[in-house]
Amino acid sequence: MRAALRTPAGALSLAALLGFVVLALVAPLLWGSRAAQVDVSHLLEPGSAAHPLGTDALGRDNLARVLVATRDSLLLAVLATVVAAGIGIPFGALPSVLGRRGARAANALIDFSVAFPALLLAIFLAVVLGVGARAAVLAIGIASAPSFARLTQTLAASVGGSDYVAAARVVDVGRWRLLTRHVLPNIAEPLILNTTIAAGYALLAISGLSFLGLGTQPPDYDWGRLLDEALPRIYVTPEAVLGPVVAIVAAGLAFNTLGEALARGTARRPVRRPRAGAAPAAAISPSGTLLEVSGLTVSFDPVEVVRGVSLTVEPGEIVGIVGESGSGKSLTALAIAQLAPGSVGGAVTLWGRGVAELSRRELGTSVAMVFQDPGTSLNPALRIGRQLAEVLEVHAGAPRAEATAVALDRLRSVRIARPEARMAQHPHELSGGMRQRVMIAMGLMGEPDLIIADEPTSALDVTVQQQILRLLDGLSADSGAAVIFISHDMAVVAALCGRVLVMYAGRVVEELDAGALLAGAAHPYTRALVASVPDMAADRSQPLATIPGRPPEPGEVGDGCAFAPRCAFAGARCFVETPLLRELGARQRVACWFPQA
Amino acid sequence: MARFAARRLARLVVSLVVLLVLSFSMIHLIPGEPVRAALGPRAPQSLVDARRHELYLDRPVPEQFTHYVSGLVTGDMGTSLVSNLPVSQVIGERLVNTAALVALAFAAIMGLAVPLGMAAAILTRDGGHRGVEVAFTTGTGFLAIVPEFVLGVALVWLFAVRLGWLPVAGKTGPSSYVLPVAALSIGSIAALARIVRVEMLKVLAEDYMRAARAKRLPARLEYLRHALPNMLTATLTIGGLLLGGLVGGTVLVENVFAWPGLGTTVVDSVVQQDFALAQAVILLLGAAVLVINAVVDLVLGMLDPRSTIMAA
Repeated sequence: MRAALRTPAGALSLAALLGFVVLALVAPLLWGSRAAQVDVSHLLEPGSAAHPLGTDALGRDNLARVLVATRDSLLLAVLATVVAAGIGIPFGALPSVLGRRGARAANALIDFSVAFPALLLAIFLAVVLGVGARAAVLAIGIASAPSFARLTQTLAASVGGSDYVAAARVVDVGRWRLLTRHVLPNIAEPLILNTTIAAGYALLAISGLSFLGLGTQPPDYDWGRLLDEALPRIYVTPEAVLGPVVAIVAAGLAFNTLGEALARGTARRPVRRPRAGAAPAAAISPSGTLLEVSGLTVSFDPVEVVRGVSLTVEPGEIVGIVGESGSGKSLTALAIAQLAPGSVGGAVTLWGRGVAELSRRELGTSVAMVFQDPGTSLNPALRIGRQLAEVLEVHAGAPRAEATAVALDRLRSVRIARPEARMAQHPHELSGGMRQRVMIAMGLMGEPDLIIADEPTSALDVTVQQQILRLLDGLSADSGAAVIFISHDMAVVAALCGRVLVMYAGRVVEELDAGALLAGAAHPYTRALVASVPDMAADRSQPLATIPGRPPEPGEVGDGCAFAPRCAFAGARCFVETPLLRELGARQRVACWFPQA
Repeated sequence: MARFAARRLARLVVSLVVLLVLSFSMIHLIPGEPVRAALGPRAPQSLVDARRHELYLDRPVPEQFTHYVSGLVTGDMGTSLVSNLPVSQVIGERLVNTAALVALAFAAIMGLAVPLGMAAAILTRDGGHRGVEVAFTTGTGFLAIVPEFVLGVALVWLFAVRLGWLPVAGKTGPSSYVLPVAALSIGSIAALARIVRVEMLKVLAEDYMRAARAKRLPARLEYLRHALPNMLTATLTIGGLLLGGLVGGTVLVENVFAWPGLGTTVVDSVVQQDFALAQAVILLLGAAVLVINAVVDLVLGMLDPRSTIMAA
């Protein structure tokens, strides 16, 4: 909370509020007589040097009256807030200490009173209690109480489920003690915050009532009353309106800004990361390839996360990209599809043409994306059929009936039972595996040449994973589409892919045939990854193989091999010079100074 | 859905009954002699007695209540103590004037806040356009705090007094609607636009929006078909709350602009101690808010099958 007050907004609003409080204390003493001094020779005068905001109907100085009115305006707001908190907080705490039935009744009452408009309650009380400041304070206090009660109730309920309250219940400390010792102290901060905002609201609301003539009554006056008196003469002395308007807005703003600054102080702030240097890697460029990526970089100013990735994909091929989380494999995939956030550098060509120059339509039909979590990647508000058909409607100009027919066909090809029924359903009505099939079917709508599947099985059950993998494999064989399959799971990649790229800290460190993974990996990191895959035959008396240390944060990577600190084979050179991808045999490339054999 | 609707309607009925009892009991809660207070200290006792008889105040309380309710059912809301006219006649046209203000303000709020908030979100996504973000949050934050009646006075001063473009007060023609509707809606537009922006930013960061971009849809479809429906529930929930709040807001705004509606009527009646009239207007406005809230809940329940409102 204290930190929040050091922000400019927090400090400024707190200073303004303190200023108002000081004004409320001293203004009646300093300017009280001037504000009350009737001067029949200067009635309803416009602003002048003697009376900057003019005079009122009895010749009294408007500026002095606005300053003096600070006391009543603030006092009434504070009183109303005390009433609101005094009723609302105990009432909201009731459900957490009452038995179940009592809690229900209290909740129902809070529900009802929250729904009732405050101003009407104020008018009701003004009728019953008689028009005046007392009715206004009570009305606004009572009307604000439900929001206090609701907040207290929600907070107390969240605290009530916590371990320390459960522990206190176990030792049976008694309900009252539970409330005063365990619940209320833990929710005090948000309550204080709400009190600040509620006081601002009360000030505005009571000013409104006084403005209507239902609040402060003559000879007393607050800002609302002054505004009410000045409004009919707005043509003659607009200055008289200015004083109360500025006072009300400034005070309301001060309370609210302070409340917001306090609220923001409890929220976390993102930390910026330092800059890192980078050097793009050289690329091999065979012709006739489907996809060619060279020197691809993705950076979030100033940190470079993907640092010069080069790769090629031949038509119909299944290429795996493996790496730990944070290695940049997903961003590489997004950058290939022109979907990456941040700034992207390097060249990506599809059939020899730069993807940046491709039209929406060409990109939309030739490259398909399958994302990790089908639960969040399908639009929850749209029917399945709609989400599939729109690809063809938009890119091929197909009429809806035709697009729907194709969608049905694609759903069948991903082996979804009763596709007609599924078309009319929303994503939340499908199982996880079925949703991922729908995502794949959606990708197939445009008959793509390249399917980029970003961890498509990570969010699914193991048995469903196998089905999806077999499906991708079959689809690639049937349609001739190439697949880039991104995963952190070595075993899955080895089973599905023909070729594998291993990424570490934003770079490709090794590229090899999947068949060579077990016996032929040359990079120590690849070997460590392979070794850390447990199988059923693993000796369970031995600890699981792990790689010591952790992968570096993108901002921590400097010159040298990023894996060197975790590498058993690293030499002095590894910490100084960055290894580039080098050919190692016909079908293998490795970025390592000491490749293993 | 049917069960939810039944429960929500049952809650509405209970709320309305409570409101009815409150408005009925109002005249009995007033200390002293309300009829004497309304007619003045010098009114002859015979007149006070006659008026009490007309108002059924000389009968037992249960009989008064049944008379009150049966009167309401037939549209008879009693007689004004001050003007001696039937309350329903006094209220009639004023009800239409107030409803017009509320409807126009609500249309302005939904029509302006949603595109404003969406545009601000699209411009400021991923930390872009910092200047726009600061201007937007500061501007809307300020406008959302300024109360309707202060904003109304400021608008009168600028557009009616200084510039002379629009009438100062009263209901004279189409142009006389502009300032009251603006005063009533601007704060809510700012508040809702802020919420729409935050909701839209949340939606834009969702995986399904990335999937929509992967389909290379035109911006219009991406935002209107894929994003808008997903922030509609939150927007309409807040919009519904604001609609209820507008009913209270008209009381203040009408008094700034001397608008011949229920808001000016209820304040005048309270000041003149015309309890029969005040009672009727409070009942009407309160019922309007309760019905609006219930309708909003039902509409939301129908629009979004997964709505959390149903669970509450």
